[in-house]
Amino acid sequence: MTIDRRTFLQLAALGGGAVFASSLAGAATGGAAGGDDDFYFVQLSDTHWGFDGPKINPDARGTLPKAIDAVNALPRQPDFVVFTGDLTHTTDNPIERRKRMAEFREIVSRLKVKDVRFMPGEHDASLDHGKAFGEFFGDTHYVFTHKGVTFIALDNVSDPAARIGDEQLAWFAGELSRLPKDARIVVLTHRPLFDLAPQWDWATRDGAQAIDLLMPYRNVTVFYGHIHQENHRMTGHIAHHSAKSLIFPLPAPMSQPKREPVPWDPQAPYRGLGFREVDAEDRGERFELKEHGLGA
Amino acid sequence: MRAQRRKFVLASALATFAAATGALAVAKPRVVKVVAKRFVFTPATIKLAKGEPVVFELTTQDVFMGMNIPDFGVRSDIVPGKTMKLALTPDKAGTFIFLCDVFCGDGHEGMSGTLVVT
Repeated sequence: MTIDRRTFLQLAALGGGAVFASSLAGAATGGAAGGDDDFYFVQLSDTHWGFDGPKINPDARGTLPKAIDAVNALPRQPDFVVFTGDLTHTTDNPIERRKRMAEFREIVSRLKVKDVRFMPGEHDASLDHGKAFGEFFGDTHYVFTHKGVTFIALDNVSDPAARIGDEQLAWFAGELSRLPKDARIVVLTHRPLFDLAPQWDWATRDGAQAIDLLMPYRNVTVFYGHIHQENHRMTGHIAHHSAKSLIFPLPAPMSQPKREPVPWDPQAPYRGLGFREVDAEDRGERFELKEHGLGA
Repeated sequence: MRAQRRKFVLASALATFAAATGALAVAKPRVVKVVAKRFVFTPATIKLAKGEPVVFELTTQDVFMGMNIPDFGVRSDIVPGKTMKLALTPDKAGTFIFLCDVFCGDGHEGMSGTLVVT
């Protein structure tokens, strides 16, 4: 189900960004704002460090540092930052893969915020089943809590066939089983868990199993990457939000015959690139998403 | 009389055999060979007739891949050194994408082809 624009996108100009509210089904929308448990985090995605394609992004080596500077310039720093995959652009060469990861890690270390969470994309992990990623960034799936919200990172890329896999699904079920049905849950992943556009490989082969496990929980929001653009969908009461890329945008799902990058527009450099603030209000029962572009 | 009876039995047997082989001929799917190689399928365009059963015989010249035809809900791994078979009887006409759904490197995103069903 596509979210009705009037319902879901309450766009407003705010410091060059766009804002909309994502109220979780069944959650109160009235609570007092600005409480002790209010917080926000930043989602960055699909930086593809190592990508080389001047017609697509002539500033491939400058875009990530520009995004880091933009995050550092936010008037209030986020509680943490999460990268939802494709940190690096893929390469067959394991030495080059590690070089790209080392460079990426060095650039990202310039963030003022030191609580930074990483997830792999298929470009990072599919050719070696997450080995290099693990050496540089740790586990490919994990759970953490922040101010009452449970964040669960799911890995749907270390298997090149885009499966979460039975073992990880069992772990996921175990983590969920410890939570009450009204727990505030955020799932972080790279590929969409639902069949957004399987014709373009925008899906997770066993993603429906993960969604089925989440269905009994009333307050679930999924943030993902992979498709290099914003997309907002519901599967039942679960909201799924994809993020912009920081290297090149891709066309809207199935809007053209081929899934090819949108070429760089010299008249509007960095158009379609950006990152996202996610403000958790009412103790994580309501999320406000603010999109930041990198353009002038 | 005996000769006539033999002729009848023979004719019946031939008719049964013909019917059987005819039925087999109708049911036997057309074989379409598809070769995968990073990052192309050959052929990249495949023409099929609606209702015609086909079997794709899939091979790869290099790495492990997959062939997925989401609009018909069928897929197969393509394993190096093996010939994989994927059956399809298209029940609708149109132009449909098939793609590699096993990440195979820088160029994977462009590894797709077109089924044209008339």
